[in-house]
Amino acid sequence: MFHNLQDMQHTASLVTKVFIQRDYSEGTVCRFQTKFPAELDNRIERALLEQTVKTLNSYYVEAEKVGGQSYLEGCLACATAYIVFLCMETRYEKVLKKISGYIQEQNEKIYAPRGLLLTDPIERGMRVLEISVFEDRGSSGSSPSSSMSSCSTAR
Amino acid sequence: MSAVMITRKVRKWEKLPGKNTFCCDGRVMMARQKGIFYLTLFLIIGTCSLFFAFECPYLAVHLSPAIPVFAVLLFLFVMAMLLRTSFSDPGVLPRALPEEANFIEMEIEAANGNVPSGQRAPPRIRNVQINNQIVKLKYCYTCKIFRPPRASHCSICDNCVDRFDHHCPWVGNCVGKRNYRYFYLFTLTLSLLTIYIFAFNIVHVVMRSVDQGFLNTLKETPGTVLEVLVCFFTLWSMVGLTGFHTYLISLNQTTNEDIKGSWSGKNRGQNPYSHKNIIKNCCEVLCGPTYPSVLDRRGLMQEDSPAAANSEGPCSFDNPVAQTTKTTAPLIPNEHTPDDIKPSIAAEKSSGPKDDQPPAAMQPPLASPETDAETSIAKNQ
Repeated sequence: MFHNLQDMQHTASLVTKVFIQRDYSEGTVCRFQTKFPAELDNRIERALLEQTVKTLNSYYVEAEKVGGQSYLEGCLACATAYIVFLCMETRYEKVLKKISGYIQEQNEKIYAPRGLLLTDPIERGMRVLEISVFEDRGSSGSSPSSSMSSCSTAR
Repeated sequence: MSAVMITRKVRKWEKLPGKNTFCCDGRVMMARQKGIFYLTLFLIIGTCSLFFAFECPYLAVHLSPAIPVFAVLLFLFVMAMLLRTSFSDPGVLPRALPEEANFIEMEIEAANGNVPSGQRAPPRIRNVQINNQIVKLKYCYTCKIFRPPRASHCSICDNCVDRFDHHCPWVGNCVGKRNYRYFYLFTLTLSLLTIYIFAFNIVHVVMRSVDQGFLNTLKETPGTVLEVLVCFFTLWSMVGLTGFHTYLISLNQTTNEDIKGSWSGKNRGQNPYSHKNIIKNCCEVLCGPTYPSVLDRRGLMQEDSPAAANSEGPCSFDNPVAQTTKTTAPLIPNEHTPDDIKPSIAAEKSSGPKDDQPPAAMQPPLASPETDAETSIAKNQ
């Protein structure tokens, strides 16, 4: 089992990457599917991943909420010809920072010990939640050969 | 391989695919053809300069000094909106990295099953249900992603843009999710400015003609004629455009959807993105949250060496396997592949015998970007 992210980064080898896609059922708001990918069946408990995705979704809802604060921000910015955005951080950017901190924390506490790594969706254009699956050195060479066929560079 | 070490730090914008030009070390992002944008700048600055030079001194003295002051404020606002629209990222969706592209390919193949050889593979479409309406998501062969709803591929900039409205040559950029409100405010305030200058030109000519006669007035302020001409023609197009976009905003539609007739005719009243309330629609488009750019332009590229350089970019521990320069090139070289990447792609292909892209990945006539109506319209605009 891995102790921390640093260990995993330097000693583990990447087996495959799993991508959790966007859920567009509620429109164009940013939301990820909570459907559990089959490839992670024996790597992590369903409830944990679901909880992570649900929390991320709630962060995005908070960022994209069209309400009192966004109107205020919009009107104030418009009145200053949007020059105020050069010095002020928008609410969306603040929430994105929180998300990045949350993902880092989740990686350290939950995912790295299981040989997984979450990538912040903003680094993938908010299209997917990428989960890198690393070789599980804790178990004795048990990576099934089928997982190697889905290895990224082999196509 | 050459032994020369590249020590200059490379920022990500230098390696971005697509046909954009970047300035100020990645802070400014525009389309490649900027000629008409310079014309726009010239017309606005030129006409306003003439107004400030010829009309304003007279009007400030004979009517009110507030007139030039308000004109200056309006002019500055118009310029700010124009530059914001032109220089900002319209909402470009970055292309899929190889792993993601492969993952999607595998999903498509699994969904299609076995296609008998000689038969064309079915078009790559995903159906999603939004607000009880089935929306088809198309696959983009250039970016290797299923486009999110309302996104479209701009063939001029060669990017998929989120909530794509249209490519505007007058501002030299695409108009999409991130800069649509600036574009709208630009058309609105430019219309106001044009009306303002036109009106005060008339007032000025009338007032001066009463004192000096019409011909003398024109002789003293020759700029007036030019201004009136420019304003007259600009007025009709700008007011019309502003009216059109106001109509689109109230229905929460994009120009792209309007042209394709997605939510009109027999589909009228079925726009799943509309709140069915004009005020709500306007508020969402104009006062909604300001989306950040998902295109990391100013991050530093990782060095392509075994001892990975300590980069300040955000992607510090992903892609331990991927090579950074190749991740931005398409898997299949096409006319957009930079020439220096082609040999390395060819080398990759020849060394990997398993590298057999399914025929569907080549551009089948059915769903290629060139036959796609939306991109041909974007080209014509």
